[in-house]
Amino acid sequence: MKKSLFISTLAAAGMVAGFASAGTLQDIQAAGVLKCGVGTGTAGFAAPDASGYWEGIDVAVCRAVAAAVLNDKDAVEFVPLTSKVRFSSLNSGEVDMLSRTTTWTFSRDVDLALTFVGINYYDGQGFMVPKDLGVSSALELDGATVCIQTGTTTELNIADYFRVNGMTYEPVPIDTAAEAQAQYLAGACDVYTTDSSALASSRSTFENPDAHVMLPEIISKEPLGPLVRHGDDQWADVVRWTMNALIAAEELGITSANLESLAAGSNNPEINRFMGTEGTLGEMLGLEATWAAQAISAGGNYGEIFEATIGESTPIGLARGLNAQWTQGGLMYSPPFR
Amino acid sequence: MAMADQNARQGFRLSMLIYDTRYRSLTIQVVVLMGFMAGGVWLISNMLANLEALGKDLGFGFLKVQAGFEIQPQLIEYSSQSSNLRAMMVGLLNTLMVAVIGCFFATIIGVMIGVARLSKNWIISLLMSVYVEMFRNVPVLLWIVFSLAILSETLPKPNDFRGADATATMYLSESIAFTNRGFYIPLPVFGAGSMVVVITFILALVGVFFFGRWSKTRQEQTGDILPNFWIKLAILVVPALIIFFIMGRPIGLDYPALKGFNFQGGLKIGTPFLAILFALVAYTAAFIAEAVRSGIQAIDKGQSEAAFALGLRPNRTMSLIILPQALRVIIPPLISQYLNLAKNSSLAVAVGYIEIMGTIGGSVLNQTGREMECILLVMVAYLSISLSVSMIMNLYNNSVKLKER
Repeated sequence: MKKSLFISTLAAAGMVAGFASAGTLQDIQAAGVLKCGVGTGTAGFAAPDASGYWEGIDVAVCRAVAAAVLNDKDAVEFVPLTSKVRFSSLNSGEVDMLSRTTTWTFSRDVDLALTFVGINYYDGQGFMVPKDLGVSSALELDGATVCIQTGTTTELNIADYFRVNGMTYEPVPIDTAAEAQAQYLAGACDVYTTDSSALASSRSTFENPDAHVMLPEIISKEPLGPLVRHGDDQWADVVRWTMNALIAAEELGITSANLESLAAGSNNPEINRFMGTEGTLGEMLGLEATWAAQAISAGGNYGEIFEATIGESTPIGLARGLNAQWTQGGLMYSPPFR
Repeated sequence: MAMADQNARQGFRLSMLIYDTRYRSLTIQVVVLMGFMAGGVWLISNMLANLEALGKDLGFGFLKVQAGFEIQPQLIEYSSQSSNLRAMMVGLLNTLMVAVIGCFFATIIGVMIGVARLSKNWIISLLMSVYVEMFRNVPVLLWIVFSLAILSETLPKPNDFRGADATATMYLSESIAFTNRGFYIPLPVFGAGSMVVVITFILALVGVFFFGRWSKTRQEQTGDILPNFWIKLAILVVPALIIFFIMGRPIGLDYPALKGFNFQGGLKIGTPFLAILFALVAYTAAFIAEAVRSGIQAIDKGQSEAAFALGLRPNRTMSLIILPQALRVIIPPLISQYLNLAKNSSLAVAVGYIEIMGTIGGSVLNQTGREMECILLVMVAYLSISLSVSMIMNLYNNSVKLKER
């Protein structure tokens, strides 16, 4: 808590530093390191492995941006942020970008002076309960005690959901996912609610995942994506198009396996523009011509990242669903590289 | 005299502001004040300029906007439809609740431990030393988190009370339940005619006050000491009880009972509140105990020897001779301990007890993104709480301090 106060105070004093130099991209290139705000430990999204190496689908976005800008996927300083301090940290310049399972909403985009640059996971809020509670629908949760992370959209969604359905609940407000899990497992709350992907991620870390079930109701739209501060459009473009590059690469069939052979040139002009062998896309962005190839080299295209971090072969085991390519019936769609 | 005449003749010169001792201190003060104000102006204009650069204007309009989240516990009516301002008030009251109850218990426990630490019985004094050192030397945040962990990990879940093979039971003929979500106790329900009982009780309170005065005058005149405590207790309880039964027991109790997911009915004292209260009380009591011990030890040994020589027993010596004098030494450090307790309550967010840091400094801040305004409001709130505590305690201090005539 001390931290959020501290950061907010810094937001006053430190904004001078943050805004004296508007060029975030130049600052990062000069420093040689990208400061990326991530979650405090959500398996599959952002969590350090046993040797302290950060992994996850959110982390992969940071690494791709670092690879595109600095040609080094490890030139990232990961700053774990609670859902409460994340926006102050971004606005005060403590991090250059946020890739932290953050829901894109109107008020955050407009009122909080943030720029959402894309969506790397289409999510929705769900409920998890212990199987022996015998609940099969969220509509049976009247009077239940619910663990909620504070400062999130889920806090507002659940209040709306229970009110609209004429039910009451007792909130147990919690700061981090780890605390929420501890409270939930101790039985201090009946239900744990958050984005359903995060619930799956939590459940995968439980000692006995099968003893817990997700309820079928998804009560909200939670498009999660990376974001940057307002006011630096060049930097926003860099992150936006790196995100698009990951998605487009999957559509174009560019993978980490065939990346090198395609970089030599192909007979598909869009792939050539993407790889920088034709056109000047990299130059327009203020980056090297091979920026997109560098981004893909960090962890592969979007599909590869998804399968490696949260896909069906991982303990989290999420299906592609809405997050499949638009050609596969999903929502992942990148504007053309032209 | 000659100097003054000369100065008066020469009139005022600018250099006198520095070289003349009459003006020098004033000059320095004015310069420092101007520097301080310039610094303040620079900080504020810097803040406004940077908020402007971010496209955020400073304003408090967000306080009227619907809050959208739930808070528990709530001392005043609040729902997710209420405004952010209302959410802030709920938080402020929760802060005050934990601060007031915390100060009350911390004082009682602190005084007992402080006195016991001076006990001639070395086991008691050693135990008290261990208590003081243990709680004083570990950061309070750890005690807070530790208390919550103990409460939520060791106590039974509401589900454990259910069914024929329940692993947990309620106490005092099914009226009290200790669960890891909170303690459930019966809540008095005031039915028709209960006002008469309440009024009787209030009259009894007044009676106790007058009896105290009468008994004191009597003691001063005759030297006789009545069993004051028992008589006062009787005045307080007996008439109220008689009226209670005459009126047909209008005040009932609402017992907690397991219904649905949780215990319903009765009064719920949530685990987060208990955790923060326990940690703050135990921690602050250790400091208060030290203040009490230092206050008692500051009193000259001759005072107690004189009291013993007059034939007063140790208990009376402590309460009539030593403590009243020790209070003069104890009160000033006690004020800072109360202030510390009130401010340390801001750590309650760590265990999910939603007070002012959790509402306006937490959820509201996050949902609206008004960091500057919210943090300012929190600062103003804590400043007002601290200044009020300090003012009240200083008034009390003035009443007990050595009167110099």
